[in-house]
Amino acid sequence: MEIRTPDAEPLPSRVIPAMAAALEACLPVRVAGLKPLTAPLEALDGGRSQWSAPALLEAVLASLPDGIPKALGVTGVDLYIPMLSFVYGQAQLNGRAGVVSIARLRQQFYGLPANDALLEERARKEAVHEAGHLFGLVHCSAPGCVMRLSVQPGQIDLKGEALCEACAARIREVRR
Amino acid sequence: MKPQWQILVVDDEEIMCESLAAWLREDGYLVDTASSGREAVELAKKTDYAIYFIDLKMPGGMDGIDTLMEIRRLHPDASIIIITAYATVDTAITAIKEGAQEYIVKPCNPEEISLLVSRIIKMKRLQRENLILRKKLQRRYQFHDIICKSPRMQQVLELAREVASLRSTVLIHGESGTGKEVVARAIHFSGNRAQKPFIAVSCAALAETLLESELFGYEKGAFTGATERKKGKFELADGGTIFLDEIGDIGPKLQADLLRVLQERSFYRVGGTEEVHVDVRVIAATHKDLRALVEEGKFREDLYYRLNVIEIVIPPLRERREDIPLLAAHFVERIAHELGKPLAEISDDAMRVLMDHSWPGNVRELENAIERALVSCRGEVLTAEDFSFLRGNGPVRFQAPDNMTLAEMEKLMIEATLRRTGGNVKEAAASLGIDRSTLYEKLKRYGIER
Repeated sequence: MEIRTPDAEPLPSRVIPAMAAALEACLPVRVAGLKPLTAPLEALDGGRSQWSAPALLEAVLASLPDGIPKALGVTGVDLYIPMLSFVYGQAQLNGRAGVVSIARLRQQFYGLPANDALLEERARKEAVHEAGHLFGLVHCSAPGCVMRLSVQPGQIDLKGEALCEACAARIREVRR
Repeated sequence: MKPQWQILVVDDEEIMCESLAAWLREDGYLVDTASSGREAVELAKKTDYAIYFIDLKMPGGMDGIDTLMEIRRLHPDASIIIITAYATVDTAITAIKEGAQEYIVKPCNPEEISLLVSRIIKMKRLQRENLILRKKLQRRYQFHDIICKSPRMQQVLELAREVASLRSTVLIHGESGTGKEVVARAIHFSGNRAQKPFIAVSCAALAETLLESELFGYEKGAFTGATERKKGKFELADGGTIFLDEIGDIGPKLQADLLRVLQERSFYRVGGTEEVHVDVRVIAATHKDLRALVEEGKFREDLYYRLNVIEIVIPPLRERREDIPLLAAHFVERIAHELGKPLAEISDDAMRVLMDHSWPGNVRELENAIERALVSCRGEVLTAEDFSFLRGNGPVRFQAPDNMTLAEMEKLMIEATLRRTGGNVKEAAASLGIDRSTLYEKLKRYGIER
């Protein structure tokens, strides 16, 4: 679902469809549809000019419609958790809800010219990464695996878009 | 997956605790949270966490430093990270002085936390591996693992057991392959130095100058190539035991240096002026008759008496034949397992061959013979035929050349074996049924180049 906030530009039109396609390609899911969600204002930390990932995650969880087992919220605002200066996203391990921010996936965030193709590629990877946590996957040390921890955009670019064989096997195990 | 590592996050702010815990759980750790110092201490009493994240400022009369001190008391090796929103030099110093491993200011970069946690876990993993290896070593070299039932060997082990916890120097006599190092290790790992290093040095393996720097270390610039200070084996063995194999092979200069270490418990590194003090127990071993070397003037009498405080003589295998069946059965079981072969039995006729053989290479030769027989054995019973190489009626018959001394023959044999093993001394020594240090000594004696 798309999380709308008053301070953010709308998400580029191709980002969410690209994420949905990646999720269906890599994980045993069918993306049911997109539901817009307005972020609660108390999730905004004015001092940090960032939005609380745990608060948005709670909002996604609270708005989850019946019959939908898992949801991933996508936002254009920058996310944080109190301990860390930022996060690309957060998800409940083996849970129902997760959030992904594309704020730091944009080249413009680092003072560079926009690159839509690169943004879509990063968004696909981060969507699969956070959704992988919803299926119980933890960070993986395999260099190309999409579940590898990334804390810099360069690290996102280095990893692949798919699960490694071991993570894919774990997903198959979960489905059984 | 890293499910075995547990982390405790302690903070009075629930959102702080839970969000960091969730982030760490994504990394595969098992994370618990506590909202006060008291709750953290209660949890730490039940679980030894790999890492503790503790907020510095917490209400309720027990702040981060108090919690740190209490957890340190329960788990002296705990890795504790103090987190704070308001960093001051004073609090940082206090935290580190009280044993915090790191002091971090929130909010911090995810990369910083990720690197910090993985570095600590890597260290914990190494510490755990080290502990397991130490325990394995200790188990492997206990007296009850030395296979024997002969009264003479039982006496040897009884004496070794008695001296295990003493600091006195031990001199072990025995032919090559009798297990001098095995007994030395059992003495070390059964005594009160078991948690400290056991360092074995073969005195026959190196030239005298090399051996000197190997034993005592050297200072930077002591000789060409000494680009930095290096600790010697005596320093590395500090608190533990040094095993000096083939002690009868050391030259006069080293004999004098060694005497000084035994008398003063101190030495100088090569090229050094600073005296190095060590607490090392010395166990020496030789297959030579040191008393005879003393009489010939080749070994210092004072050093001989310093070394020979407790003398242990390991009898050759031919003088304790009653141990052969036990040892053979033990080697069959161990080597068959290592080779991935079904467990074989030793037939009565094969056992007669083993009992009749003179075993000049002693237990090591027996071990090698069992391995060779197991490799070639087709069935599940080792027969006399599988040990035909011991009786000299194997597939290759040996033809003694005319006009050749035993020493010349030995030299030819060693050269041929080294050619076959491509210069690999360990493999050549195993094939010849002698230990490496004996082979090194023979290489030196015959001037054989590898």
